[in-house]
Amino acid sequence: MPTKKDDVYGDHISHKFNDELMELKTEFLKMGGMVETQVDRAIHALVDNDGHLADEVRAGDKKVDQMEMDIDEEATLIIARRQPTARDLRLVISVIKMVADLERVGDEAKKIAKFAIKLNEEGQAPRGYVEVRHIGNHVLSMLHDALDAFARLDAEQALRIMKEDKRVDEEYQAATRTLLTFMMEDTRNISRCMSVMWVLRALERVGDHACNIAENVIFMVKGEDVRHTPVEEAEKVVGR
Amino acid sequence: MNTMNPAVTSEADMPEETIAPVDEDKPAETLVEEGKTVGDPFSENPKFKLRNVEVFYGQDRAIKNISLDIGRNEVIAFIGPSGCGKSTFLRCLNRMNDSIDICRVKGQLSIDDHDIYDPKRDVVELRARVGMVFQKPNPFPKSIYDNVAYGPRIHGLANRKSDLDEIVENSLRKAGLWDEVKDRLDAVATGMSGGQQQRLCIARAIAVSPEVILMDEPCSALDPIATAKVEELISEMSESYTIVIVTHSMQQAARVSHRTAYFHLGHLVEVNETTKVFTAPEHELTESYITGRFG
Repeated sequence: MPTKKDDVYGDHISHKFNDELMELKTEFLKMGGMVETQVDRAIHALVDNDGHLADEVRAGDKKVDQMEMDIDEEATLIIARRQPTARDLRLVISVIKMVADLERVGDEAKKIAKFAIKLNEEGQAPRGYVEVRHIGNHVLSMLHDALDAFARLDAEQALRIMKEDKRVDEEYQAATRTLLTFMMEDTRNISRCMSVMWVLRALERVGDHACNIAENVIFMVKGEDVRHTPVEEAEKVVGR
Repeated sequence: MNTMNPAVTSEADMPEETIAPVDEDKPAETLVEEGKTVGDPFSENPKFKLRNVEVFYGQDRAIKNISLDIGRNEVIAFIGPSGCGKSTFLRCLNRMNDSIDICRVKGQLSIDDHDIYDPKRDVVELRARVGMVFQKPNPFPKSIYDNVAYGPRIHGLANRKSDLDEIVENSLRKAGLWDEVKDRLDAVATGMSGGQQQRLCIARAIAVSPEVILMDEPCSALDPIATAKVEELISEMSESYTIVIVTHSMQQAARVSHRTAYFHLGHLVEVNETTKVFTAPEHELTESYITGRFG
């Protein structure tokens, strides 16, 4: 009988099944860590004007893509071999979905790295970098917390991330307005500001993906789908 | 005691599991409250209304205060570990337990608001209404035709040969067997494959126009293709019949049933929509069983 939260996937009659689910969880968290690093390094490449680091991030995306395929394959095999049900099924299904989110976060990191190279070649463009750093840190901590909520099956923490996403959206709106002011001040800023705008957009998307992961964690823990529902509804589900 | 009624099989087929003593010392017992079923055990205007049902084998209480409704044209699956009482409970529905001397049934059990255990009730008539298909296909050692025609004959459902032919053909068609056997209706039924024999038993049950079909692990002796055919048949039959199926295959329960009932040590722990039971069950014991944590 499962008693501790971290034992919930580890007490099947079949030890091999335990191992397979644990492996799936571990690999997902490993991919999560990899993607977090990608985003972090992409932001550094941009604000530090480090073209070499940006190249490394772009190259690193291939590993992320490969991990997505490996985890999907593992999840498919578990379904084929074990026909999981209930919380096991929810874990496998959620991982398949969340892996897609992580892969997209990886793509956003690659996009940021691409703009880092472009902006680096165009020369110093410090305008908007404060906002990049600020929103970057914010979404990185959301992503980290979402992975942490997954590891600990913590629906309350997942709910906090869902709420956090609204703040990111507001910060993104505010940053957009600031950059628009720069562009209006001097039209020569437009090209570079547009690049920074795309970077901010990519970061905002990272926040969305962290939020998707959080929604899946709530589904895993509570068995109810809280996607496309207001946060108040999700709050009720988590409170049950 | 059942006479030769084709809608049910001989008593020799009783599975032994239900007579196994119930282990009261298992710690899981502490997770169940007697008479309390989580989920949705009741429905409006049900076919079967079962209240506070208890079944005893001598001193052993195999079914402990179970209340449940079974809806019309519903497919409900009974699942649970061996010895949990699901087959015993199933056999209460057409009084198959009458044939076991030491077995006593208590509580209110009714079909269409008529008491199943009314002493004046004609059990043969009841079993024609509530047919049964067993784990092991058990055709009579007669021709395919005679197997299906047996019931309608003894119940006087056909006066002419042409009527009987029609019933046989319709029943075999409904059981998805007609095309396979139409050219050899005189062949001995025991020479058919296991899957065909089981579908013949279903055809034999259908032939007396039952309202309910009870199935006690109908596919456990069949290969995957024969199983798929029987499952397909269950889906088709659900339009006309109420079907109660006991199965050890949880995937089968998930595939064929509308509602699933989980039994544990004689208790009815949870009844819910099948989709809910297999994705987010309410009770910890249901979750543990269906995910393969005990059983």
